[in-house]
Amino acid sequence: MSTEKTTPPSPETEKIGVYVCHCGSNIAGIVDVQEVAEWAGERLKERGVVVARDYKFMCSSLGQELIEKDIQEKGLTRVVVAACSPHLHENTFRTACGRAGLNPYLCELVSIREQVSWVHTDKDAATTKSKAVVSGGVERVIHHEPLEPLVVPIHPTTLVVGGGIAGIQAALEIADAGFPVILVEREPSIGGHMAQFDKTFPTLDCSACILTPRMVSVGSHPNITLLTWSEVTRVDGYVGNFTVTIRKKPRYINTQLCTGCGICQEKCPKKIIDDVYEAGLSYRKAVYTPFPQAVPKYPVIDRENCIFFQKGTCRACEKFCPTNAIDFSQNEEYMTIEAGNIILATGYDLFDPRRVTQYGYGRLANVFTSLEFERLSNSAGPTNGNIVLRDGVTPPAAVGIIHCVGSRDRNYNNYCSVICCMQGLKFAHLVKERTGATVYNFYIDMRTAYKAYDEFYQRVLEEGTLFVRGKVAEVTDAARLPGEDGKLIIQVEDTLAGIQRRIPVDMVILSSGLEPRHDAKQVAQLFGLSCSADGWYIEKHPKLDPVATMTEGIFIAGCVQGPKDIPSSVSQGAAAAARVLGRIQQEHIALEPIRATVDETKCSGCRICNNLCPFNAILFHADRNVSEVNPALCQGCGTCVAACPAGAISGTGFSNEQILAQIEGLLLLNLTPKYTLAAL
Amino acid sequence: MSASAKPKFAMYWAASCGGCEIAVLNTHEKILDVDANFEVVFWPVAMDAKYKDVEAMPDRSILLTLFNGGIRTTENAELAHLMRQKSQILVAFGSCACEGCIPGLANLSNKQALFDTVYNSPSTTNSQETRPQPETAVPEGTLKIPYFYPVLKTLDQVVDVDYYIPGCPPESHQISAVIDLVIQVVQGKALLPAKGATIGAGESTVCDECPRQRNIKAIKKFTRIQELKVVDPALCLLEQGIPCNGPATRSGCGALCPQAGAQCIGCYGPAAGVIDYGARLMTAFASVIDSTDPQEIDAILDGLVDPAGQFYRFNLASSLLRASRSAWKSQ
Repeated sequence: MSTEKTTPPSPETEKIGVYVCHCGSNIAGIVDVQEVAEWAGERLKERGVVVARDYKFMCSSLGQELIEKDIQEKGLTRVVVAACSPHLHENTFRTACGRAGLNPYLCELVSIREQVSWVHTDKDAATTKSKAVVSGGVERVIHHEPLEPLVVPIHPTTLVVGGGIAGIQAALEIADAGFPVILVEREPSIGGHMAQFDKTFPTLDCSACILTPRMVSVGSHPNITLLTWSEVTRVDGYVGNFTVTIRKKPRYINTQLCTGCGICQEKCPKKIIDDVYEAGLSYRKAVYTPFPQAVPKYPVIDRENCIFFQKGTCRACEKFCPTNAIDFSQNEEYMTIEAGNIILATGYDLFDPRRVTQYGYGRLANVFTSLEFERLSNSAGPTNGNIVLRDGVTPPAAVGIIHCVGSRDRNYNNYCSVICCMQGLKFAHLVKERTGATVYNFYIDMRTAYKAYDEFYQRVLEEGTLFVRGKVAEVTDAARLPGEDGKLIIQVEDTLAGIQRRIPVDMVILSSGLEPRHDAKQVAQLFGLSCSADGWYIEKHPKLDPVATMTEGIFIAGCVQGPKDIPSSVSQGAAAAARVLGRIQQEHIALEPIRATVDETKCSGCRICNNLCPFNAILFHADRNVSEVNPALCQGCGTCVAACPAGAISGTGFSNEQILAQIEGLLLLNLTPKYTLAAL
Repeated sequence: MSASAKPKFAMYWAASCGGCEIAVLNTHEKILDVDANFEVVFWPVAMDAKYKDVEAMPDRSILLTLFNGGIRTTENAELAHLMRQKSQILVAFGSCACEGCIPGLANLSNKQALFDTVYNSPSTTNSQETRPQPETAVPEGTLKIPYFYPVLKTLDQVVDVDYYIPGCPPESHQISAVIDLVIQVVQGKALLPAKGATIGAGESTVCDECPRQRNIKAIKKFTRIQELKVVDPALCLLEQGIPCNGPATRSGCGALCPQAGAQCIGCYGPAAGVIDYGARLMTAFASVIDSTDPQEIDAILDGLVDPAGQFYRFNLASSLLRASRSAWKSQ
């Protein structure tokens, strides 16, 4: 970062422009922006401010032109914009400065919206605070250095994590565009939750029929490397140049030899309840593929349940395998791959309705979860699509479907899980269609937004499903009234009729909500992302950048970002792919030149920083007894800067001088004569 | 005192323990060089002199003044101003003058609490709750004693300081080196360092002078050294969970404590470039705690039984906050 100036910058050498944004009434409604600008022009004159203006929308092209014109006509050497958070418009104003010939990093954006107008109601105090914030920005910008962005190449490979429909879509879009994709899935097959469904709302087309062709495409695509039964264990590097370590769990199957004939599954003597794919309603073998259409077709041996692994004898599969593909000697493998971008599509977990004890799931046999019902109604499922009670034979005469289980409930999750209303309606339709039973849907509010959804609701209404508006208080088998014997009684306040009702049914289906994956927080940490309080991954901007994250080069798609239905998940998968493709085609990316550097004369090699860098950018030179930051790997996060006890590491853009100057400015210690905040 | 061609030397103690004077005398025969090259005009611990004698001297007539001790009372402040006025080179000598040192820890408490501790202790008989009063009327007139400030200040918080010699106390070999330097300057053989420099010390940290083996750090437990049965003689103390302040402390002492098997307590003050020693050290220690579980982290931190003493023992008065709110407010 060279600077031609020999004297350090000071209020005497610099010409600073201050621009105060109204943001319509967002800021101007609380802050007297005009007064702030006038004050800055007057009181901060001796601190180098030569022009101070306020404008309706600084981010508009007219607002930006205002800055550009002043840079060119008044020869500004620094710019302070008092507007929104740097997340939103730092780049806008830096670019404007760059257009006018000023180094973009000589611009400082201070927030008087998120940090002032949006959080205060007292107009005078907010105006005073804005002045202090501007003053801090002016003091800080004096110490800014002109910087040049670092340009790095982008590796063309994309890592997609999660092989549900969102991940599948993203992988196919990128692969079809001609770029390599590595798709990692921790289960033995891709397909995700969608592979478990029979019908999809509102069109009722067969889930498998629309999903499996996509799965096959992924499995056979020349540009896709599919790694199932695998998990990401480590992520190093940064946008364009990630190095990812993947753990491949042993399948105990030689996939070069396996033909997927299925004889091993047939011959395996060990049956286990299939908790994952069949939702506990059926069995699988110790060697298994989760479902017949699995991709890849190779089975895995479940070591925990395999008789050979547990007792040392059996080897039935090995004896019968026609191609000698069984290999008990396999061990887990770690592989390292390079990727330029990463898309996380790790999906959701279903809310466990056991937690709502009053609904009786796990205690009352004929209370089913939504996933159990999906399997029950699936023509390839354990009952061949016959909707029957837990005894496996009796069709129900009356069915109650409870919405919002675990959602919109302070005791569990405050959010709406989006899909449960439509799911509950689909269940109602399927029950009606297949059994002719009386169906009750218990809902709080019916949420059928999106294309053709409300039409489906009307169709289910017309089919004769009964709707009760009210939150179910309890599901019980304690009969009290005539006709309740042997039934499940749903106790509910019918809020439309204004009465308490007890409705006896044979079967209860809990339309469970969606929750973040149980390990979502650890996975977020692995990839350097943040989670919301609920545990959903946070997008870069909730409206304008829903698939990017605050970590450059890492994108999110599908339910990992929040509950959503299949069309939205697919859209996000495609959107993330489009973002990645745009990046890859640029071939290079300009990185923020915010980096940490070690002053070797001050470093004593105490090695406190050595283990801290999330990007593994710190090297220790034992011969010289000093640590060094590799600028190509450093992302400027500042962890080591804060940790260095000797003050030997400094971060570009966050030097002690900059931070202390900003504090002095905020406290108005820069003004002469001295003013206190109260005197403003 | 006779007029002499030799440059004049002074040393003064404000709020301090006297250890700095002992350290100067501990330079042994080097003290004779001082006498040979300087005329000692004012040094209360070593010779008789009155403040009025100093007041009578022309301004800037003393070449070198070593000022040790913090500014606790109006008397300390008056002498700081006086010595500044009479000296060409004013050196903040030792930890108290540089950064407040142990007397600066009183900044955690307000004046009332300090007086209660001193004048109401179990070993004190003070049934009338007598407290020092700046002014007392007696038949002969009004008696005055120095006023006790609510907050102890470092020398440079009161007057302009030319150089800093850190240490509690400064090591004798470092004092000797400074004496040699000043004599060479007087003889025209060397130049003074830039104003504001720290002299008689290194630029990096104690770790630089410490021979112990250092590895990547991952701390599961902090233990006070006296509670350990075995201390590895060759391994970094911090890696053994002993809260050693070496990584943030300025070099210059020769890493005496860690070499003797005791942790560095930070008496040489912050390394060059460190603004708030305690904050630096806290983030450094926190960074190498080997846990992500908040409860376990709390338990590990509980091993640091005296955080103020650990992180701010010598530098509280020169830290960013300098004193507690109640100390600032007490009068």
